Amino acid sequence: MEYLLLFIATVVVNNFVLVQFLGCCPFLGVSRQVSTSIGMGIATTFVMVMAALASWLIQHFILVPLGLEYLQTLAFILVIAALVQLVEMFLHKSIPGLYRAMGIFLPLITTNCAVLGLAINAVLRDYNLGESLVYGFGAGVGFTLALILMAGMREELQFADIPKPLQGQAIALILAGLLSLAFSGFAGMI
Amino acid sequence: MSKIIKDFIRGLWEEHPTFRIMIGMCPTLAVTTSAINGLGMAVATTFVLICSSVLISILKKVIPGGVRIPAYVIVIATFVTTVDYIMQAYTPDLHAALGVFIPLIVVNCIILGRAEAYASKMPVYLSAFDALGMGLGFTWGLTLIGSIRELLGSGSIFGMTIAPAGFTPIKILTSPPGAFITLGVLLALMNIVNDKLAKRAEARQQETAN
Repeated sequence: MEYLLLFIATVVVNNFVLVQFLGCCPFLGVSRQVSTSIGMGIATTFVMVMAALASWLIQHFILVPLGLEYLQTLAFILVIAALVQLVEMFLHKSIPGLYRAMGIFLPLITTNCAVLGLAINAVLRDYNLGESLVYGFGAGVGFTLALILMAGMREELQFADIPKPLQGQAIALILAGLLSLAFSGFAGMI
Repeated sequence: MSKIIKDFIRGLWEEHPTFRIMIGMCPTLAVTTSAINGLGMAVATTFVLICSSVLISILKKVIPGGVRIPAYVIVIATFVTTVDYIMQAYTPDLHAALGVFIPLIVVNCIILGRAEAYASKMPVYLSAFDALGMGLGFTWGLTLIGSIRELLGSGSIFGMTIAPAGFTPIKILTSPPGAFITLGVLLALMNIVNDKLAKRAEARQQETAN
């Protein structure tokens, strides 16, 4: 039950993109089509769960016992970069279909601040391993949800008559603002 | 000399990181709830940007091509950790307000972008000016967004209340949706200004042609 609450809180109430502003670059950059945003979402969710696991292990078995907490940022970002590379190699060998589908998105995930933000937040909030994993999965699902909703609306936007100065990123940002406004309705639910 | 000026000016308007290239969006949207937060974040980022650009430019012949991105990340992360601890010691309030976004400077695309696109190829002094220009561009962008949101959202600027007594603050501007909407409206205004400038330049060109 506790885990379920944490999951819902992470997915909708504190949505990573729309409420906490983590992962805005890919959110605005690759949300033009629903199909690509699904690929991006799945790849990111996968890396997020792995990152939650890896960063928990590093924090509790390497950094804390050795008193190296000040290396946290450095250690986490290197682990995430290595992890993304590993996922890329693994998918390339074993599931080539999936690799082709999300190949171009994988390198982008290293600089997705939602992944590093999730690792740092999990440590700050002192989550145990189970909570970290649920938090990582919830963050990924929330990111995917926001991305797909945004892509769906932007596909519709192509048929709309938008005033010239607002075309492009300006209207996308205002749209994201309205979406964020809708999500703020979840505040205080848990 | 003119190259230095050109490199320096580029980040301020022509290739403005926030309004033109749209990178480094997360801190831009997240921490600009007030002018001082935006300014603090931007100064911290500028410091990291200049230091890492200079160091990467110095080391460009030493870093092997195949592992350059991890090497850049290590350089950047080192400076970010330094800034993190300096801010924790000297500006604890600002450090608390910016929270997780200080360590997240590591993944700010502006820094890695300048390292990859500029500092890894150019001499040290040019990289420093390029980084300074980009950093100042980011600074005025974040301070402007922070000022607008603070002024309309809580009726003050840099923490000083300046709104008249009857002013009802537009609370939504300091909340997350307000960040997206403020930036969207600002981008639209920039587009109008750019259009006007382009038209004026075109008219002038025609005049000289005639």
